[in-house]
Amino acid sequence: MAALLQLDQITIRFGGLTAVSEVTATVQTGELVGLIGPNGAGKTTVFNMITGVYQPSGGRIQFRGRSTAGLRPFEITELGIARTFQNIRLFPSLSVFDNVRVAFHLHLKHAAIHSLSRGPKFHAEEEELREATLGLLKIFNLERVQNEPAKSLPYGDQRRLEIIRALATRPQLLLLDEPAAGMNPAEKVELMRLIQFIRDQFQLAILLVEHDMKVVMGVCQRIHVLEYGRKIAEGTPQQIRANPAVIAAYLGQESTAA
Amino acid sequence: MLPRSQILLLASLILAGVVSAFSGNMDTYFLDVAMGVGISVVLASSLNLINGFTGQFSLGHAGFMAVGAYTSAMITTTLGPKFGWSQLGLQWVLFPASLLVGGLLSALAGLAVGAPSLRLKGDYLAIVTLGFGEIIKVVLQNVEAVGGARGLVAVPGHTNLFWTFGTAALTVYVVWALMNSTYGRGFLAVADDEVAAEAMGLNTTRYKIIAFAVGSFFAGIAGGLYAHLKGYLNPTGFDFNKSIEIVIMVILGGMGKHVGVIVAAVVLTAVQEPLRQLGDWRMILYALILILLMILRPQGLFVWPLWTKKTT
Ligand SMILES: Nc1ncnc2c1ncn2[C@@H]1O[C@H](COP(=O)(O)OP(=O)(O)O)[C@@H](O)[C@H]1O
Ligand SMILES: [Mg+2]
Repeated sequence: MAALLQLDQITIRFGGLTAVSEVTATVQTGELVGLIGPNGAGKTTVFNMITGVYQPSGGRIQFRGRSTAGLRPFEITELGIARTFQNIRLFPSLSVFDNVRVAFHLHLKHAAIHSLSRGPKFHAEEEELREATLGLLKIFNLERVQNEPAKSLPYGDQRRLEIIRALATRPQLLLLDEPAAGMNPAEKVELMRLIQFIRDQFQLAILLVEHDMKVVMGVCQRIHVLEYGRKIAEGTPQQIRANPAVIAAYLGQESTAA
Repeated sequence: MLPRSQILLLASLILAGVVSAFSGNMDTYFLDVAMGVGISVVLASSLNLINGFTGQFSLGHAGFMAVGAYTSAMITTTLGPKFGWSQLGLQWVLFPASLLVGGLLSALAGLAVGAPSLRLKGDYLAIVTLGFGEIIKVVLQNVEAVGGARGLVAVPGHTNLFWTFGTAALTVYVVWALMNSTYGRGFLAVADDEVAAEAMGLNTTRYKIIAFAVGSFFAGIAGGLYAHLKGYLNPTGFDFNKSIEIVIMVILGGMGKHVGVIVAAVVLTAVQEPLRQLGDWRMILYALILILLMILRPQGLFVWPLWTKKTT
């Protein structure tokens, strides 16, 4: 079976710097895959290429057997890839509710003109979306703050809201960029549980970026390791843990990554 | 059963019609100011869609207004006499049709300016739209068919309270209704974070173009109303200062606030005549107000929590 996401020798250069170099990787349908590596390894840049923020200087990206070359980010989201950002990017002035609601956009049957006519169909669909939004917020216990502006939420809730918002686009592949960043160990454990729950509940594949090895070891089925823009290893958590190249890459890191 | 917002719109239109019917013996100075206020509400609310809700920075609203003003004035002054219609036909068919055509042409201009320049952000977009406004002015000054630098005269005075307040109500309704829908929340999302909006599947370019097209459509209609209120048109009436005036209404009212911007448009237009005695000092006063506002009350003068609530 063809992979859900196939990265084929992707490379990107920023001026003289080759941030990602000939990386080949796959994510299968429904799989939970880790993408790890020290800071600056190129993990976020890989996400930015997958989602169309950057066009690769070389190589190919295929999603569901279709090349994503030349597509704009919103078109890639349309294909079924959603993401979160390493530095949270919510819609700060919109309410928690609206942050999620607006992400249902792709599945809207009504357009600008229906906002003006406001017929029964418009209202029925708005009601449907209200329920769907509240449903998502409830799963993550955020319905109590639905009317607050997103920027007023505590950090951990903002991270979770960003994941919910991505889910509202109904993706088949969810890219999470360091969702555990800034959390304490207990919160990290809770988040990993949540990520597994999302994968099962929404039946999607997840590509999880994390620079803390310990976090991903517990949840991922397969892990890709980047260092200086190159892939240095791929395998199950056990294989990765025992891989000398990975140990070397992380040796100086262990103390800071905890 | 209509939704409440549409009942309100309908009621406003009827009220505008009734008041207009009884405006025959109202003080003409008062009438002039009142109609000016209605036109300002159209201009400010439509610019609010672009600069406030969608977070773009257009400095060319007077240019779009000029496109609509000249278009509709050319239509009524040339076609009006030819058709030899009754006063009623002119008032209720040709005039609104000319407003509509003016609005549509202005929307086209909005597309023409917007589509290529919407990749630009902030200051750059402001400069391009500013340039557009100035180009329109210079073109009008040099095309003899529309009166050149002398301007266009003998424009029939079709504008009345009904058309101005009716258009104002319609503009406010359209902007409000657009914003208050799942689709319309996309405008606000684009204003908040374009990268995140694209990542959520929003075609940000499309949103910006729609904002520009709808905004300039109503600016064009406002121009038509203005032309048939003043009775003459002069290219310099649509210069940079006019654009700035509208921008100030939007900023003063609180970018992206429906009621605040309406109040600002009403107040600023009402005090304009008295302020005109100040001559060029008026612009300096505006600049001072703007600076003080940015420092003391950046959220806008006429905004309190009641008006910032965002629910459908
Ligand atoms: N837009 C850009 N312009 C120039 N350099 C960039 C850009 N984006 C990323 N980089 C560089 O690419 C490298 C990888 O960065 P990044 O993907 O953010 O690493 P990671 O997410 O693994 O910590 C870094 O050296 C970074 O400075
Ligand atoms: Mg990163």
